[in-house]
Parts: sequence; structure tokens; C-alpha cells
Amino acid sequence: MSGSLHHNPSDANAWTRRQFVHTGLAMASAAITVPHFIQRSALAMPTTLGASSVAGVDEDKVLVVVQLSGGNDGLNTVVPFADDSYHRVRPTIAMGEREVLRLTGRGVGDVGLHPALDGLMEMYDEGLMSVVQGVGYPNPNRSHFASMDVWHTGDTNGTGDGWLGRYVDHQCCGYGKGESGRAEGTPVAPLAIGPDAPLAISGQRVKPVTFESAELFKWAAEGDKSVGDAYDRVTTTGPTDDAPADSAKSFLMRTALDARVASDTIRRAVAVEPLVRYPQTELGQQLQMVSAMIRAGMKTRVYYVSHGSFDTHAGQGGAQGQHANLLRQWGDAVRAFYQDLKAQENDRRVLTMSFSEFGRRVGQNASGGTDHGTAAPMFLFGPGVKPGVFGNQPSLQNLDEGDLKFGLDFRSVYANVLGDWLGADAREVLGQSFRATKLIRT
Amino acid sequence: MPHAAPRTARPGTLVPLDPEAFGEREARHLLWRAGFGGTPGQIRALADLGLEGAVDHLLDYESVAYDWPSATEFDKDIMRPLSAEERRQARVARQNGNEDIVDMFRARRMRAQRDDRAQIRAMQTWWLTRMIETPRPLEEKMTLFWHGHFATGYRTIENSYHMFLQNQLFRSQAVGNFGELLFAIIRDPAMLRYLNNNASRKGEPNENLARELMELFSLGEGNYSENDIKEGARALTGYSYEDDTFVFNERNHDQGIKRILGTVGRLDGDGFVRAILARRQCAEFIAAKLYRFFCREIPLTEPDMDPVARTAVGDLAKYILRERYDIKRALRRLFLSEHFYSDAVVGEQIKSPAELVVGAIRSLGTPVRDVPTLVAALDKMGQALFQPPSVKGWAGGRSWISTSTLYTRQNILAYLLTGRTPTGYDLFGAGTYDAKPLVKALVDDPGSASPRAFGEAIAGFMLGPATTPRAVDELMTIAQRADSVTPKVAADMMLLASAMPEYQLC
Repeated sequence: MSGSLHHNPSDANAWTRRQFVHTGLAMASAAITVPHFIQRSALAMPTTLGASSVAGVDEDKVLVVVQLSGGNDGLNTVVPFADDSYHRVRPTIAMGEREVLRLTGRGVGDVGLHPALDGLMEMYDEGLMSVVQGVGYPNPNRSHFASMDVWHTGDTNGTGDGWLGRYVDHQCCGYGKGESGRAEGTPVAPLAIGPDAPLAISGQRVKPVTFESAELFKWAAEGDKSVGDAYDRVTTTGPTDDAPADSAKSFLMRTALDARVASDTIRRAVAVEPLVRYPQTELGQQLQMVSAMIRAGMKTRVYYVSHGSFDTHAGQGGAQGQHANLLRQWGDAVRAFYQDLKAQENDRRVLTMSFSEFGRRVGQNASGGTDHGTAAPMFLFGPGVKPGVFGNQPSLQNLDEGDLKFGLDFRSVYANVLGDWLGADAREVLGQSFRATKLIRT
Repeated sequence: MPHAAPRTARPGTLVPLDPEAFGEREARHLLWRAGFGGTPGQIRALADLGLEGAVDHLLDYESVAYDWPSATEFDKDIMRPLSAEERRQARVARQNGNEDIVDMFRARRMRAQRDDRAQIRAMQTWWLTRMIETPRPLEEKMTLFWHGHFATGYRTIENSYHMFLQNQLFRSQAVGNFGELLFAIIRDPAMLRYLNNNASRKGEPNENLARELMELFSLGEGNYSENDIKEGARALTGYSYEDDTFVFNERNHDQGIKRILGTVGRLDGDGFVRAILARRQCAEFIAAKLYRFFCREIPLTEPDMDPVARTAVGDLAKYILRERYDIKRALRRLFLSEHFYSDAVVGEQIKSPAELVVGAIRSLGTPVRDVPTLVAALDKMGQALFQPPSVKGWAGGRSWISTSTLYTRQNILAYLLTGRTPTGYDLFGAGTYDAKPLVKALVDDPGSASPRAFGEAIAGFMLGPATTPRAVDELMTIAQRADSVTPKVAADMMLLASAMPEYQLC
């Protein structure tokens, strides 16, 4: 190999993460005034984040997706602790009645939350959480990527645009026919915190805004004395007369201004101290940013964050261990998020949804882990949900080649969220009709 | 050389450019589109070759020596399937509940997958390095074109060596024959796996490859029927692979009579491909794809094209049919044409992430810094090598640009020019950019040149036809602060130019 290839390529990703993820979120100064170009552009044009205010912003509903990546073990999340076959096929990772946090309520059955989910147990007790059992889809695919594509597109072949991308393209924010009363409007870009834009929020018309941390969502030389001022001018000019409005150049000038507006809006928003303490985990920090953006009055309606990896093939652990740690990070972050939203008085505007691309096999493997499976529970959070446990716990006896049979198509939950939370035409967005679950208070 | 058509030809007709009109503007344009841009010296040298000399220099790259070490450094055995004996052992262990053996096989598979993911990252680095270093830029550019055209993703096939073999196929036919590529792609292990043809058998044909072969690889939507897909899938039954090699499983192949695109007979995969190649629409589709890659963003379907694009694509398609799908001749006609150098085309393309990164290094002479960082940046900008977003490949054009990717684009350029990232300086990619050679090439006497002369030279070189007096004025503001135009000032001017929205164009 030539000399220029003497890097260790296997370290590339690790290094990238080091550079792009572990960055301080603290801002140099919280006292940032609204830059002149934001005011200017707010008057001149609609932008990605919809900086121009529209009456009724406070009433707008927000959806936050917290994706559990890698295949979360549903059976050790909502535990059928009284089922003998559960204990038999999971000799070292099963949890018993005394360990789990028992879910109570009419018709709930003998299930309990993993003990690391005490934060979510509090939410359940306060009526802020809805559990849907046995969610999946026909002919399940056990490949992470293929199954994630199915969940993201809402299509069992995993092809097409993202389901929330289609929503934003056609139904969001008064654009199109989704919301009655307002025919006019500009779709506001969905926003993801992470290394790249999830397929779920990628559509045709509206590009998602994606960043790993607010500090990275800017030009590296922005504050540089010698070039900073000129940079401000050249990137915030917007389209000029020397190029036709539909030319590639005008498009770039417009997007550059749009990016500056989005960057400054977001950085101002997340510079504000939260009202509660968040766990110092990656997910905790991400939800803290989402909360800050909601608090700042940003018009974004769909936020997307991911947590994981839940791909616990070996040494998964039971009440303690690898899986327990991942669940604790998830539960504690969601708990803090809603405490913060409540203190902001924004909690009623925000619905949070958690899913994973698949559950895991019913029996554990020889490495004290579990392999890729099928159906698993989904979770909805917020004052807008009907609290409780819904759907049927899949049978542990009546299996399909060692896997749980799904009882509810995930798109029934999507249809519910689209129709009853986001006020969209679910059939239009999903391309076919699904009998919507009734997990949202209407 | 195509014979000259009358001057009154419709706009878009690929009549040759007057050789006298081939100057540095044209050479710059040609080098960006048929390559990844170049230094002022390279542009001048290309201009000096004249129109035909320049085009042939880029197209006849096989005469340019490039002794890159051959491919043997990649391990082809990482994902080697289990032998019959190993499969038997695993089966017996499962039946007997021998968990230690079962676990050993599981651990071995997970180790292999981990090693393979490391190898695909090494291949990304290898390919990007090739693009940066090659003296035959069109070879890599066309390899990238075919990768986007016959899009296959590593994530799905999980076999880096198969991706490598496919990459070598694209490189060997980079400006070869499109028909040969179609015959080869239905035998390519990565493609057979990606589109699930490896298990397609008589009585249970899998239609995935047959569909995409027509819809995305050759004819375009609407130019075949559902029945052609069903019959085509039958023709492709038994096309599979073992380890790294194509195999034709005769027992799984459907020997019956098929009717595909009007051709009737006991067609196999080759018969299917021949039926495709006989269609005018195949030449039109590939002409539109080439035009969109090399000229400007147009719809692929003829009724949606503007009249100029329709004329140009139609002209190119006719020529492709006449030259029996010879890609080199088709590109020669395009690169020699007056239309290719017209205002409708020059400066109207949004650079792909690879063009942006490789082009900055090759034209500005920045340090390469850390190639894995550049690979990761390509991914963030939406062009992960060996991992196109879907079988449709990259949409290109405006789809490259969002508020998020625009920052990544500005920042990777700042990184190349300064070593700086949004979070500080990069220890891995240290090194100072020496702007002196570029400055010397752009300005005759840097010591006494005026700030305006500098601004104009840098804007002209970096922004090309997108240069405006306004852009020059902004570049001058940097020079005016300094007493003289030092290399540091010149580097700052380049940094600013690289952040201008216009820099995204070529």
C-alpha cells in the first residue's frame, strides 16, 4: 500500500465519533441577540425552521421520536414475569416478580417493567405512559437495516420516503389539507440530532435539519477576525438579481441563508439553562436540546433522536448489566424531559414515541445474550396519551420458528399518531388504511 | 471526429465546438466535469493541447501510466462461507445442543463481520485516495458514475470483497461498453446478492433484479411491462454465485420459452440483456444519465425535459446506438460539443461531495490531511462510498444540498485549508497549507499585485463563471486589512471563497 494509506481505517469511525460527538454543549455566552439577518430574512422569506411567527404556535403539537436502535429486547423490557416458559428459555437473564416493577391496571395481566425503568414507572403511575404490546409487521425481516427501513418508511418492502417525511411534505403545519382552518402555510423541516438524517423524516420537498451538537452546526472559522465579517455577508445575502430565481446559484444562496438562520436559532435556543437536571448521558443531552428548542418557541413539529445500540447478542444481563444500563439511560432521560417540559408548561404539546426495529428471540443464546427476533412493545409518553397497557402480550408457546407472532401492525400506531396527534390524513401519508389504535386522548 | 453539422442546428444539438474557441475557460470546465478540477498550471496545459488533444488526453487515459499496486492487499476470505464439513459440524452441534460449538461458530461469524466492516472502511479510504492521486481522473469519475448507476450497498450484502470486485468491474469498463457492463452485472456477486437473485429458481423466480435491470439500469420507468418483468425474472433464474464467483445453476434455470420486450425464445439472462440493448429507449436512458452526470440536472424522462436537454439527449442517444453502446465514443462526442461549453452547462452543476473534496485538494493543492476524516465527511454529505442510499443511487444535483450538508461542505473545505474543525484543530490532520504555489500560478508578480488583482484571480479560479464583482469585493476586504498580500492573506481569501455559496458550483 502507498504511504498515504497508513492510517488505521478501523479507527476511522471511533475517531470521527470522538471528534463529532464529544463536544461541549456549553455556549460561550447565553446572551446572544437576534442577528440582524434573522430579522431581515424573517420578513423576506419563509425559512427551514419557519422563523416567521404564525398565530397559534403555542397550540401546535410536537412529536418526538426516541428510537431504540439495534433491536431492544421487548421481553426483558415489559417482562411476563409469571410465565414459566419465559423463565425456562431464559435461565440466566429472566427476571422474577420480586425484581420487576409491576404494571397495574385493569386487564394488564402479569407484566412488569424492567427494574432499571423506575423513571418510566413513575410516568406510568402519573398516567403519562402508554405501552402497546406485540407490535410488528407481516413477514418480519431480521436484518437491522432492512427492518429499520420498514419502520422508517411504513412500507413492508422498506422502500420509499420516510413516513414522517411524507407527513411534513404534504400535511404539516397548515400546508395541504391536513389541518382545517388554515390552507396557507410553509412546512417546517423536521429536526434530528445525530450523525445523519434518519430515513423516517426524509421526504421529497422538505429537507430535515440534522446536527450532532449545536456547536458543530456552524462554520469552523465563523468567529475568525480576518474572515468572519465577510463570511456573514456572503452567506446571508440570499438570492441576488444576477441569477434567475430557479437557478442552482439562487438555490444555493437561499439555502446558505436558511442554514445561517437555522444555526443561529438553534444555538440561541440550546444555550438556555434547562429547568431540571438532565442525566449526563448522550440521550439525556439530546432530549435537553429538544426541550430547549421547544421552549424557545421553534415551530419544528417533528424531532428525532436515537438511543442504543441494543444489539445484545452476548452478556445482555438481567436486572443488572448491559441491557439494564441502556434501559436506565432511556427511562431517566425521558423522565427528565417531561419534568422539564412540565416546568415549561409545554408538556401537553409534546408526544414522545419509542420503538425498536425488532425485539429479540424468545430464548437466550449460549453467550448470555439474545439474537434478532420479531414483535416487541412500543411506547408513547406524555399527557396526551391514554395511559395503560394495550394490545395482547404475544404467546410464548405459540411461536413462529422461535419468535413471537405480532398482534398489532406498527402502522396502526402511526395512523393514530398522524390522525389524532398531528391532525394529518393518515391514509394519505401511509398510502393505505390502517385501523388506528386509540392511544391518544381526543 | 463527428462531421460538422450546419451552424443553424437547434440548440442542444451536439455539433463540435470551433477549436479556436477552446481556451482556459473551456479547459477549466472540461477538467471539472471529466475529472475533479485542477491547478492553474494543469488548466493551462490542457488548454494548450487544444480541444481534441485535451478531450483525448482525458478519455484515452490508458496511455497515462498509473502503477497503483494491484488489489491483492484486500483479504478475500473474511466472509468466506462455511465449508460443507463446517456446516455439518454446526448442524450436528445444534441438534445435540452442544452450545460450546454453536457458540464458537457464532463468535467466528461476529468476528468475521467486524473484520469485514473494517475492510470496507479500508476500501473507502483506498478509493478516495485513488480519486485524489490518480493521473487518470476520468477513470475514477466514471467508476463512481457506474457505482451510482448500478447502485449496490455494502450494508445489505455484508461482503466487502464483493464490493471490491464490483468496483474493479466498473473501473475496467469505465469508458468501455455499456452492453458489456449489463452482461457483467447480471453475473456480479454483489448485485446478485443485493437484488436477491442468488436464490431465484425455476417456479419461484425473484423479480427484483429483472425489475431494476429495466427500470433503473437500462430502460427507465414506463418502457417495459409488468409481464416483461415476470418473463425477465424467469430468464434470470439460476444466476447465482458461490464464494466469489458467478455460477449458472442449470437445474434452477427456467428453460422454457419467454417473451421479453417483444423478443421470443428460450431466453436466458444474456438473451434478456440483448432484448434490452435492442431498444432505442435503452440508449436514450443511458444518454440522459450521462448528460445529467456530466452536464446539468435534468429530469430523466423525455417529456419532462426542457427542449435543449431533449435535443442533446436525443442526439447522444442516436449516437450511442450507432456506436453500439461504446461509452468512450459517446463521451467524446459530448466533450467535443459546442453545447457542452455553452452557458446552459458551464458552472451550472452542483458538485457532488466527492467532487467537492477531491476537487479542492486537486485544484487548491491543500494537504490531504486525514483520509478517513474525508471519507466520514462524504458520508455526512450524503455520498458514502460503497453505500448509496438505495438501488436508485444518488439523485445528485440539488438533493446534495440541505442546511445541514451545506455546513459540512463549508467545514470540510475549512478543514482542508486550515486543519481546523468546528471544535478546534485536528491532531490527525495537522500540517500547514502552503498557498504560495497557487498564488504564484495565479498572479504574475505576487509581491506587487494589487488586492483587486488578487481578488479577481482567486475568485476567477475558485468560483469560475459564478464570479461576481460582489464576490471579488468581499475577497478584497481581506486583502485591504493587511499591508501586503502575504500567503496568509491569500489563504484567508481562499478560505472565504470556499465558504461562498457559489463555490458549490462547477
